[in-house]
Amino acid sequence: MKTTTKQLDRRSFIKFSALAGGGLLVGVYADSEVFAQQRGPAAPPAPVNPNVYITVHPDNTFTLIAKNPETGQGMRNALPMLIAEELDVDWKQVKVQQADCNPTLYGQQIEGGSTATPTNYMPMRQVGAAARMMLVSTAAKQWNVPESEVTTSSGTVKHARTNKTATYASLAEAALKMPPMAVTDIKLKEQKDFKILGTPTPGVDNMAIVTGKPAFSIDVNPQGMLYAVYQKCPTFGGKVMSANVEEVKKQPGVKHVFVIEPPPPPAAGQRGAGGPGGNVTWAGGVAIVAENWWYAQNARSKVLKVDWDYGPTRSQSTAGYMTHIKGLASKASQEPAGGNASAKEGDAEAAFKTAAKIVEAEYEFPLLSHAPLEPQNSTAWFKDGKIEIWSCAQIPSLNDAAVPSGVQPTDVTFHMVRGGGGFGRRLYKEYDVEVSKIARLVADERAKAGQPSVPVKLLWSREDDIAHDDYRPAGYHYFKAGLDANGKLIAFRDFVASYGNTSVVPSGPESFPRGFVESYWAFRDESMPFGVPTGAMRAPSTNGVSFVMNGFMDEVAIAAGKDPLQYRLDLLSSPTSYKPPANRTGFGAPFNADRARAVLEAVRDMSDWNNRSKLPKGTGKGVALQYAHSGYVAYVAQVSVDANKKLKVDKAWAAVDIGEQIVNSSEAENLVQGGFVEGMSHLMAWEITIENGAVVQTNFNQYQPARMRQVAPGTIEVKFLKSDYTPTGLGEPSLPPAPPAIVNAIFAATGIRIRALPLAKAGYTWA
Amino acid sequence: MPYTLKINGQSKSVDVPADMPLLWVLRDVLNMKGTKFGCGIGACGACTVHLGGTAVRACQTQISRVGNQEVKTIEGLSNDGSHPLQKAWLEVDVPQCGYCQAGQLMTAAALLAKTPKPTDADIDSAMTGNVCRCGTYVRIREAIHLAANGGRKA
Repeated sequence: MKTTTKQLDRRSFIKFSALAGGGLLVGVYADSEVFAQQRGPAAPPAPVNPNVYITVHPDNTFTLIAKNPETGQGMRNALPMLIAEELDVDWKQVKVQQADCNPTLYGQQIEGGSTATPTNYMPMRQVGAAARMMLVSTAAKQWNVPESEVTTSSGTVKHARTNKTATYASLAEAALKMPPMAVTDIKLKEQKDFKILGTPTPGVDNMAIVTGKPAFSIDVNPQGMLYAVYQKCPTFGGKVMSANVEEVKKQPGVKHVFVIEPPPPPAAGQRGAGGPGGNVTWAGGVAIVAENWWYAQNARSKVLKVDWDYGPTRSQSTAGYMTHIKGLASKASQEPAGGNASAKEGDAEAAFKTAAKIVEAEYEFPLLSHAPLEPQNSTAWFKDGKIEIWSCAQIPSLNDAAVPSGVQPTDVTFHMVRGGGGFGRRLYKEYDVEVSKIARLVADERAKAGQPSVPVKLLWSREDDIAHDDYRPAGYHYFKAGLDANGKLIAFRDFVASYGNTSVVPSGPESFPRGFVESYWAFRDESMPFGVPTGAMRAPSTNGVSFVMNGFMDEVAIAAGKDPLQYRLDLLSSPTSYKPPANRTGFGAPFNADRARAVLEAVRDMSDWNNRSKLPKGTGKGVALQYAHSGYVAYVAQVSVDANKKLKVDKAWAAVDIGEQIVNSSEAENLVQGGFVEGMSHLMAWEITIENGAVVQTNFNQYQPARMRQVAPGTIEVKFLKSDYTPTGLGEPSLPPAPPAIVNAIFAATGIRIRALPLAKAGYTWA
Repeated sequence: MPYTLKINGQSKSVDVPADMPLLWVLRDVLNMKGTKFGCGIGACGACTVHLGGTAVRACQTQISRVGNQEVKTIEGLSNDGSHPLQKAWLEVDVPQCGYCQAGQLMTAAALLAKTPKPTDADIDSAMTGNVCRCGTYVRIREAIHLAANGGRKA
């Protein structure tokens, strides 16, 4: 995903302004705003559009803004930690405040693609550093000493020679008179001087979470709120023909019922529903609004009857897709008619003819639903021609509320609320659109009846969420590899038929062994009708591709008679088209063989890989390596498998390189362990299937996540390697190599090669 | 139907249908938002509360079946994070998204009330009905042991 956080423009200025009731605001201003003030007569202390990140309170505590959404990956800690480090205050002096969605002030406020850390690492530090430097200047001027002799710590300025100290708060009034500071003059701390970054810093919402305070989107409860359910067609693209609206209206607690028509379809190539880059649209359905959610849900499940126009997707099914795909696979040696070759180096077909050994295999993985634990919900209040919305969207957008409620984006107030998990599901925000539509309809109907407008919470049931997701695309890969007489990989071909509109072809920088084999050819062909929406799920597209690539790479190594880990290291040491990186940039950089080798070597040593032959029968170790979202992760998993296909993950080791600096060491370890556990869910039980154009699975009983008993005590050991590259994100990279590490370990334990997920389909269960 | 409930040591009166689940009485009628909705079928554990000291799924507990039994919710564990399990959760920094943790804590509290020094197998057995979608099980286990050890690392 392409993102641009509002970087501090070279022409920006940092300026202090007064806080009503005492205290100091530190803001970032565009040059024009600063100069306008300087020119203006008696410029007011609080200028237009202050991009305020820091508030200095009279008691020398500090409120720092967390500008991005939070659904569990720790940005409410990480971004303020970056400011606090350079401001040189103690973390215990900090209170974190979540920003509203305001792109004018904050630029991109998104959670996606593991981008928050790399895109904010410099700007957030610059904000903190500029404030610190201006406070140093203020004190130096007051004390008439050189700035170079003035130091800071714990929110206090010191001059050792004259034994003077002053708190930041005590300097606030004088600091107001400081001239604006140019961004180009900001000097940052050296890494060795960090006091906060790299330390374990518990989540700022932990106390609210463990005491049951309202902390989540679902808990938002403005006065007088009503609750809504929205029944959509089970078949994607279907719409309401008729519904027994009048009967539903008579049910206990029900206040409003609406049949909602979809807007005209989005233009060709647009995906709608407010997804990334999409326009705003909504699916047709029936909205039931009641005194509490259970009344609305009860009226829906017991009384609502809808006559649906199921639309053209009604004829589609998983079985149909797979039949079609297997037909395409028979043509895997031919260029597809549409010319969909996505990566071609050398001549794989010619090389296969000279190979001493050929390895071929078919791999497949299913559609997945994200299933964050907090069901989709959003709260909106249409009032006086404006709309206020509370949501845990990962890409909050003013348009999502404005378009369906018929107001301008400038008339939207958008509160970003903590979400109970995201995993990419909340990149797609149908619920924000739907609730805004419903809130407008409720307000209009109440106005006609002479009643005041009220807020409305739309809450999807779990069944709604599983039936109406933007699913992780399914994939089918037909691999062919050629080895020379020494077992060296000389040709690699990957025919891909994914269903879904998100690419799962391993052609990008994450596609090792591309660049390390003379002939490499990866291409896709998926020409078939597909009416099921697909989208990004944690670590697109490697969350599926890592399984197939690492599984097949294991097969190739074993066919060559080699140690699968050493075979990868050897390949990484003999590049063909691969070019080493030109600089130390981490974010968005091409695949880096040095970093890949380093995590493999580290996990080899952590896991005692070279002594794995001493493991008992039925126990084995497997390895997987993935470059995903600018991070490098290698796993070794050790599993035990019994004769009844009962599987236990005994232990896993992770070596991770996300650059020179971990922001929050506690959250970082947690995210890696969680990524591995999520991988266990993908591995064993998760599969979404389609019949009659609708999703078959309905709830967690048919979509079982990994549970406590499957995660053995002390299972997941994590080591972060510190490399010289600029820091990158960690939301995504830890998940993709987990399933293949386990699958490769199953092979080592049993000699059985798993080529299709989930494992449950092949009769496996957790021990 | 009018019901008088004993919740976290307080008496609360509500007038709701007999088949309304305790979860929605807590959340939408009494405005106690700590107990979470996750699946509605008793498959995820997010809504776990204590009924007469036993961990139950509030989404599967009709209000008419509560009777005189004491209901304890996450809000009743302690308001200030002083319960040993809450302290352990804070110390270990368990949460990622945090949505499941109220249910995890309530199940763990019922476990420790009956089994003050649980083994790993005891924890597996008690906690397996509580999903953590983020996968914080390693830390949940660590925090339960920490609380059982009086806050001292084993």
